[in-house]
Amino acid sequence: MTVKELAQMLGYKIINKSDSINKKVTGVYACDLLSHAMAKVNEGDVWITVHTNLNVIAVASLTNCACVMIPENIDIEDQTVERANEKGVALLSCSKSSALICYEILSALKDMR
Amino acid sequence: MSTIVRDYTIPANDFTIAGEASSSVRKILSQLGVSPDVVKRTSIAMYEAEINAVIHGNGGMAHVEIDKNKIYIRISDEGPGIADLNLAMQEGYSTAPDSIREMGFGAGMGLSNIKKNADVLDIETEINKGTIVNITVFFKRE
Ligand SMILES: Nc1ncnc2c1ncn2[C@@H]1O[C@H](COP(=O)(O)OP(=O)(O)OP(=O)(O)O)[C@@H](O)[C@H]1O
Ligand SMILES: [Mg+2]
Repeated sequence: MTVKELAQMLGYKIINKSDSINKKVTGVYACDLLSHAMAKVNEGDVWITVHTNLNVIAVASLTNCACVMIPENIDIEDQTVERANEKGVALLSCSKSSALICYEILSALKDMR
Repeated sequence: MSTIVRDYTIPANDFTIAGEASSSVRKILSQLGVSPDVVKRTSIAMYEAEINAVIHGNGGMAHVEIDKNKIYIRISDEGPGIADLNLAMQEGYSTAPDSIREMGFGAGMGLSNIKKNADVLDIETEINKGTIVNITVFFKRE
């Protein structure tokens, strides 16, 4: 399942245009400590974080995660969206909590198997 | 292949530029066809050292040398230095101020991320003089 398919299926908002929406989603990881996420986010993960600053895009691109998900409709800084475009990082958002998003994505991935 | 040398300035407390040196090096390595695993390890190690220079070291410099077999990275700053390096290396130890923690830094994982991802890590530090982080990553593991 790609980022785009996942977003469509679960009603998540795709914030920016990037080729990364065609990346394959293989997992999900939620963490708001950047260096911790840097160590733990796997390639193909949807990384959920409440931070919306530029450093998030650096961590996303260095870990090759599938996309970044911002929960609870938190506003995303404009410069972060621009940086995401530059680096080809896909940004998603939705109204749900991190925990609920984890549940939804894990359920969706399980159903695929 | 001749040695590729790059130098970058790392400005203090500027998060619009923080990470750009590592990002540039990542691009160079990818273009050279270095394996994705090595590119990832190198850029994570360099990013953490770069961010530490931004946050803790009042900014500094990055010097990078890439040859056929390895990449050597030196991140240097003239900041406050690290009083107890063994303590600083421990996961969870951080002196990051609240303003920095609000951005998501301060897990105290940066130095251990560098150690895990580098093949060779050598940190030279002196109180009130500064810190030099030397990172080497080999393209093929011996
Ligand atoms: N270049 C530096 N100059 C001075 N002190 C440093 C430097 N790098 C690290 N330190 C000290 O070592 C501590 C641990 O660094 P480390 O990178 O592991 O964690 P952190 O930067 O505090 O948080 P994180 O990297 O998880 O966001 C820092 O909090 C700081 O006290
Ligand atoms: Mg750090």
